[in-house]
Amino acid sequence: MTQAVATVPRQRRPFRVARPFQYLALAGYIVFLGFPLLFLLTTAFKTPQELQSPNPTFLPTTFNVDNFAAAIEKANLIHAAGNSLFVAVFTTVIVTLISLPAAYALARFKTKLRGVATGWILLSQVFPFILIIIPLFLVLKQIGLINNLFGLILVYTVWSLPFALWMLQGYVAGIPAELEEAGAMDGASRIRILRSIVLPLLGPGLVATSLFTFISSWNEFFFALVLIQDPNLQTLPLTLARFVGAEGQVQLGQLAAASLLATIPSLAFFALIQRRLTSGLMSGAVKG
Amino acid sequence: MTATVSDAARRAATPKGTASNPPKAPKRRRNRGYAGSGRDAWLLVLPALIPVAAFSVYPLVQGILLGFTDAEAGLNKVVTFNGIDNYTQLLGNELFWNSFRIGLIWAFGVTILQFLASLGLALLLNLDLKLRWLARTLALVPWAMPPVIIAIMWRLMLNPTYGPINGAMKAVGLPGDINWLGDFSTALPAVIVVGVWAGMPQTTITLLAGLQNVSADLHEAAAIDGANTWQRFWHITLPALRPVIVAITTLDLIWNFNSFALVYVLTAGGPGGQTMLPMLFAYNEAFRYGNFGYAAAMGNVMVVVIAAFLFFYLRSQARSRLS
Repeated sequence: MTQAVATVPRQRRPFRVARPFQYLALAGYIVFLGFPLLFLLTTAFKTPQELQSPNPTFLPTTFNVDNFAAAIEKANLIHAAGNSLFVAVFTTVIVTLISLPAAYALARFKTKLRGVATGWILLSQVFPFILIIIPLFLVLKQIGLINNLFGLILVYTVWSLPFALWMLQGYVAGIPAELEEAGAMDGASRIRILRSIVLPLLGPGLVATSLFTFISSWNEFFFALVLIQDPNLQTLPLTLARFVGAEGQVQLGQLAAASLLATIPSLAFFALIQRRLTSGLMSGAVKG
Repeated sequence: MTATVSDAARRAATPKGTASNPPKAPKRRRNRGYAGSGRDAWLLVLPALIPVAAFSVYPLVQGILLGFTDAEAGLNKVVTFNGIDNYTQLLGNELFWNSFRIGLIWAFGVTILQFLASLGLALLLNLDLKLRWLARTLALVPWAMPPVIIAIMWRLMLNPTYGPINGAMKAVGLPGDINWLGDFSTALPAVIVVGVWAGMPQTTITLLAGLQNVSADLHEAAAIDGANTWQRFWHITLPALRPVIVAITTLDLIWNFNSFALVYVLTAGGPGGQTMLPMLFAYNEAFRYGNFGYAAAMGNVMVVVIAAFLFFYLRSQARSRLS
């Protein structure tokens, strides 16, 4: 790690030069990521007449909420959002609880277990779902969990656990073991070391991991498509995908409104953890 | 608790395969020191391992076996093994080859573009720029949207008549009449762009979390030694990020190869099979035509491709251990 320090003449502050280019790049990202969302927003407030006018304006001329009302009425959005939230929250809690100890063990203990576990983690993560879904369907049918939200939670837990585990153990491995040793030297107990040294440093990784789990459950479409047939148990993606079929005769406004409503719960989730994100994962510049 | 640093702890801190830590220890000692025992490790991993074994390992094995049978959706049929019949049928099927080719173009196209875009964004977000909060928020938003909704949104964007992309082209005097998702030549590039948009947050967040772990002290030391931004990126940031990069890129590649929902809603595989990803092909076989065995056979072919991706990943892991 130690290197011979060469006496190189100091340069002027290196950051200043690149600034304009950095802002240009940032602007490009903001447009690419943001414009589709903005367009979705404006489309949701447009009347069918506006949408069909030969000279479309970007902003709607009137602020009308007909599309939202129609979308809620047509597609059972509120109910579906409840189903989605239920499944995603349950899955996230379970996955975080069981992956934290496992991730620590995988990162820190050098036993045969590590290789075996990593192998399974990788395998179960990367297999095409088509191979899993047919037998899974039969298994869940046997234990009566088809058309059941707990069946979906079970599948999502198993399905997002491996990657959560892999992500987390990577973050644990990134924490220098010397820190823990130093704690042990100072006489801290195992639990104390985990609580005062490992967990705080693991914060960003833990946030990233539970975020990943929540979002992937919230978004999942394929398993739900096959496992949930009861309209009352449909998750949001299922309801919306069904709604797309009705798009043909320019119900674009309603479709946009439904999509917008459907993203609200998870955006609220982001708002809740925004502070945690800002202080941890997304905290600012490299202090230099 | 003992406060001594055991051999095991030191071993844990040294990379595998170095002289101080031969890969195979001749005999297993019970370490009671800092790193704990193998039994502790088992106990910690158990809650995660049991559900995975029951609900993914078992179905996996079943799924692979189904690929060698004539299983169909009908319940009253006796399932019999038919050896490699499914595979000879697949290899003689032009639609299979088309879907295979499309799947590879899609997987590599999305993964490479996504990685480059995400690395750039992660580096920018790691700087102290004005408006960073906006980019940060926007970088998270696609992640909060189900692929189904992203697909709906981009259908609006790409709509040949009402879409803003064609609108903007018209405004600057270009022929703004392209049916992006309906034309043979533009459908696949269009869905690839949507794929990049949809997958960027995950890759960006992973890289950003990795960047947070890059030692600021090293950067400071290098800056004092006169290294410029580019040199510091190349010699400090990138090597530190390497494990994260290799892992997330490999996973992105496999996930994209396996992807389903986004393209299912965007084009359902059309026009004329131009966006018929392997999973769409397999889904249609299984749940449209009820050919479970044939669909599972397609799954097995996908497994072979994925195994190739993983082989390169593991090889790169091995190489980085040696260096």
